[in-house]
Amino acid sequence: MKKIEVENLTRIFGRNPTKGLELVRQGKSKEEILKETGMTVGVNRVSFSVDAGEVFVIMGLSGSGKSTLVRLLNRLIEPTEGSVRMDGEDVSRMDPQELRQIRRTKMGMVFQRFALFPHKSVRENVEYGLEVQGIPKEERKEKALTSLGLVGLENYADSRPDQLSGGMQQRVGLARALANDPDILLMDEAFSALDPLIRKDMQDELMDLQSTMQKTIIFITHDLDEALRIGDRIALMKDGEIVQIGTPEEILTNPANSYVEKFVEDVNLTKVLTAGSIMKRSEALVLGKEGPRVALKRMRGGGTSTVMVVGRDRKFIGILTAEGAKEVAENGKTIEDVLIKDAVMVHEDTPVSDLLPKMAEKQFAHPAVVVDQQEKLRGVVVRGAIFAALAGNGVKTDADSQGSA
Amino acid sequence: MPIPKVPLDQWVDSLVNWLTENLSGLFSFITHIIEPTVGFFQMILTVAPPLVTIILISALALWTSRWSVALFTLVGLFLVANLGLWEKSTETLSLVLTASLISVILGIPLGIWAARSQVVRRIITPVLDFMQTMPAFVYLIPAVFFFALGAVPGVIASVIFAMPPTIRLTNLGIRQVPGDLIEAADAFGSTSWQKLFKVQLPLARSTIMAGVNQTIMLSLSMVVISSMIGAGGLGAIVLQSISRLEVGTGFEGGLAIVIIAIILDRITQSLGKDPRKVA
Repeated sequence: MKKIEVENLTRIFGRNPTKGLELVRQGKSKEEILKETGMTVGVNRVSFSVDAGEVFVIMGLSGSGKSTLVRLLNRLIEPTEGSVRMDGEDVSRMDPQELRQIRRTKMGMVFQRFALFPHKSVRENVEYGLEVQGIPKEERKEKALTSLGLVGLENYADSRPDQLSGGMQQRVGLARALANDPDILLMDEAFSALDPLIRKDMQDELMDLQSTMQKTIIFITHDLDEALRIGDRIALMKDGEIVQIGTPEEILTNPANSYVEKFVEDVNLTKVLTAGSIMKRSEALVLGKEGPRVALKRMRGGGTSTVMVVGRDRKFIGILTAEGAKEVAENGKTIEDVLIKDAVMVHEDTPVSDLLPKMAEKQFAHPAVVVDQQEKLRGVVVRGAIFAALAGNGVKTDADSQGSA
Repeated sequence: MPIPKVPLDQWVDSLVNWLTENLSGLFSFITHIIEPTVGFFQMILTVAPPLVTIILISALALWTSRWSVALFTLVGLFLVANLGLWEKSTETLSLVLTASLISVILGIPLGIWAARSQVVRRIITPVLDFMQTMPAFVYLIPAVFFFALGAVPGVIASVIFAMPPTIRLTNLGIRQVPGDLIEAADAFGSTSWQKLFKVQLPLARSTIMAGVNQTIMLSLSMVVISSMIGAGGLGAIVLQSISRLEVGTGFEGGLAIVIIAIILDRITQSLGKDPRKVA
């Protein structure tokens, strides 16, 4: 079962939402409806589902309906139509008491402008969600301190929010959302009010936390770089509708229409593309089984000047160059004598932005080797593949690399 | 043919008559609440010798406010006592405190209600405008009809005249709480009472206190006017000096009122300023 299932979710702001719904169903655009009736279509028949533990980013420019959409999920804004199911329970049909219960136990929310209570201390802020549930003082104090510990602010428990910097305030916001250990985090432009350096730190920290917590995160942002950095999948919104849903790579390499294309054209590809997506499979030479002549033949056949040498378990050992193979064949050296063992080794999910400097350090002398967790050979990245990818074409999306995104 | 005058005055007269005849039970109930309250404050203010009471009030000023306010309180009240106006001042203070207390008890819930409901706000706003702009003397007439002469109609007239700022500023203070804080309170599953007491009222506190301050000032001015219907206190001195054309006595009474006004204003203002100090 999916963690969150959203179906046909619609919100129309104005005097006569029923009429608005009718117009929406007739396929009229947001602009037409506004001109005709003065009503605003906030969110237009949106459907998507999110897996447990997934980071689902909803991205769009201001006015695209993304902030409305996230508020429809916990009903800070009431939907005009459609359903939101969490663990199979329909949130949109809950009575106020059930709704309060699910807000208290299952969801935490982080706000763009932090929304910390200025009259409460940092700890009291973090305790708020526990306090309204009537949890005893000592227990909620303990939980609040644990939660503050997660974001590294346990020493600021007795400060006032206005004594903290923006980044620290948002950590408090995050700790408050985590305090009752919810399954689902709703983050509305959580890092948008922070300056770029702090923002990047917070993104890293969120990803760190996420790797251990495995929450289901709905993350709203207008910043494509942010979306690409943290999203497992991204939904791109325009005029209240979802234009495309996909992994960061799918969105970049295969935009659904010209709007998405325009949106992503300025993206720094090196941050998104991974070694896995631009590597190619490589012929390997098994050490101890095959000799230099086989190596030379493989190079000729593949049109390269190197061959990867692996053990019988396919673990990567080194790179054999054409010159090396010749020396082995003519001067009686062993393959191990001439192997290049300090090759650049990366994993499939290493971004090209990390790969590039490593290869540059070695003057691009040899291809980079892509290995899996057990150091088994997966493929190689040659210099040309990087530049081809950066030029925006020739991105290899063979079946293996798709899964790693 | 000239258009006949709308007999508004007759209508109001007969309404007041009807109320006097039919709601006397209610009015006597109200009297039974107000009279002991005034008496209670009067008792507190006069149970100790004036000197002791003055020092205690100055200590209160020191605790809630700056030392300069405390010093002013001490010197000002000594002057009042020296002029022989202490007893009259305690009468006035008792009336003001009673009227303010009633205004706050009624006004804050009304303000909260107005903040939560557009409909209530739309009904209340013009009523408040009416209450505040109608010349204060006009309230005295029906008040006398319903409650006879004395302290009670004075307090009633003061409440009507002085309550609007508390209602208005409570409403305003709650509405001014930033929307994202309300969203945060909702998103973490607050009931609406929890939201009110844990978020809205604490954040609206200084605005509400500004309203209470206004209410106290207005009820002081009305209590003075109420001396015309026998409410007693410093107003009676001023009224007497007008009828006897005694400039000096009038000035003394007026000065005592000013001193009390300044003390009440400074003390209530500082109550609204720093939530941590008095919390």
